[in-house]
Amino acid sequence: MTALIEARDLTLTFGETPALRGASLTADAGEVLALMGPSGSGKSTLLHCLAGILTPDSGEVHFNGRRIDTMNEAQRSELRRRTFGFVFQFGQLVPELTAEENVALPLLFGGTRRAGALAQARPWFARLGLDGMQRRRSGELSGGQAQRVALARGLVARPQVLFADEPTGALDSLTGEQVMELLVGTAREQGTTVILVTHEPRVAAYADRETVVRDGKASTLAAERIAP
Amino acid sequence: MTLLGLLEREPSHGYDLKRVYDEFFGRGKPLPFGQVYATLGRLARDGKVMVGEAEPGDGPDRKRYVITETGATEFESWLTEPVAPEPSLQTVLFTKVVLALMLGRDAQQYLDAQRAAHLRRMRELTELRRTGPLVDALLADHGLFHLEADLRWIDLTTARLDAIAEAVRS
Ligand SMILES: Nc1ncnc2c1ncn2[C@@H]1O[C@H](COP(=O)(O)OP(=O)(O)OP(=O)(O)O)[C@@H](O)[C@H]1O
Ligand SMILES: [Mg+2]
Repeated sequence: MTALIEARDLTLTFGETPALRGASLTADAGEVLALMGPSGSGKSTLLHCLAGILTPDSGEVHFNGRRIDTMNEAQRSELRRRTFGFVFQFGQLVPELTAEENVALPLLFGGTRRAGALAQARPWFARLGLDGMQRRRSGELSGGQAQRVALARGLVARPQVLFADEPTGALDSLTGEQVMELLVGTAREQGTTVILVTHEPRVAAYADRETVVRDGKASTLAAERIAP
Repeated sequence: MTLLGLLEREPSHGYDLKRVYDEFFGRGKPLPFGQVYATLGRLARDGKVMVGEAEPGDGPDRKRYVITETGATEFESWLTEPVAPEPSLQTVLFTKVVLALMLGRDAQQYLDAQRAAHLRRMRELTELRRTGPLVDALLADHGLFHLEADLRWIDLTTARLDAIAEAVRS
């Protein structure tokens, strides 16, 4: 079986800083893959290359049989909007919008009409234990609540791939566990592939597999190749 | 002490003690009957439990055990006293790393393999805490936090490996 996502030998330098120095990885459809590694090792940069947000200096990124590092910006932005979902560590909700409007955003950007988008957004609130908070703005939500709203936004359009960069980074353990339960539970239910950047081992333990990024290089550990 | 605690809950037969023990604390390793009665015998000898009269007609297990004042007091103080916060020093991990460095072997490779093994176990425990009863989840969490602590140590050691190698060889 061919991988859904494959990165081959990516390099990327910001000015003088080499962020990626030959990073390769694969992820299968429906797989939850954790990217771990020290701060500054290139995890976020790698994630952004996989998601078509950044273009590597060299190397290839394949998604579902298509090469995305050579696509033009319009094609990539289309892919990000229709096929990918995103959750980041913080500062993601649009403060002027209500929670339900925030959740509905990917649908609105995808061309769904407002009433339909909000109707699809609403059931997420009960599911995330946020009933009654549909109309609140992000300033009126706790960090953990806002993070769950962001998670709903990442998943509402049923993306093929969810890219999550430290989605529990700002949360306490219990709230972090809840967010991970929801993230992994929903992804498995929807068959969504998840690329999850985290430095927390307990968060990585929700994944099917982990890849360690060190000094801009990604490696699959020897022990993983042994069948469980 | 666990059996004493279960007797503080209610006077019980040996068989019931074993059943409750196995359910909550056995972790797949049932307590042998012999050990239950040996412990109860010892507690009785020390005046911490009393043995009731055998109830007629029901075979050998029909004695009820009751906790005494002494037993209850001892249990109470055990229950509230913090255990010594000894870190469970993973001396094997530590020893392997130091020896590998001393002998100029590949400590990194060992640490990577250990890291992968730890994470694999953490995945199993995560699955258990997601699917199992709450009491199992509680124990799985305890294991997860400890493994996570090991993993943090492994990562820190990995990051400092060159400096440690120098310190060990000089
Ligand atoms: N936009 C940028 N401009 C310049 N340098 C950058 C930029 N983004 C990242 N870098 C550098 O690239 C390297 C990799 O950064 P990256 O954000 O991918 O690390 P990371 O593994 O995600 O770290 P963290 O765990 O701290 O989030 C770092 O040295 C960082 O300083
Ligand atoms: Mg990062």
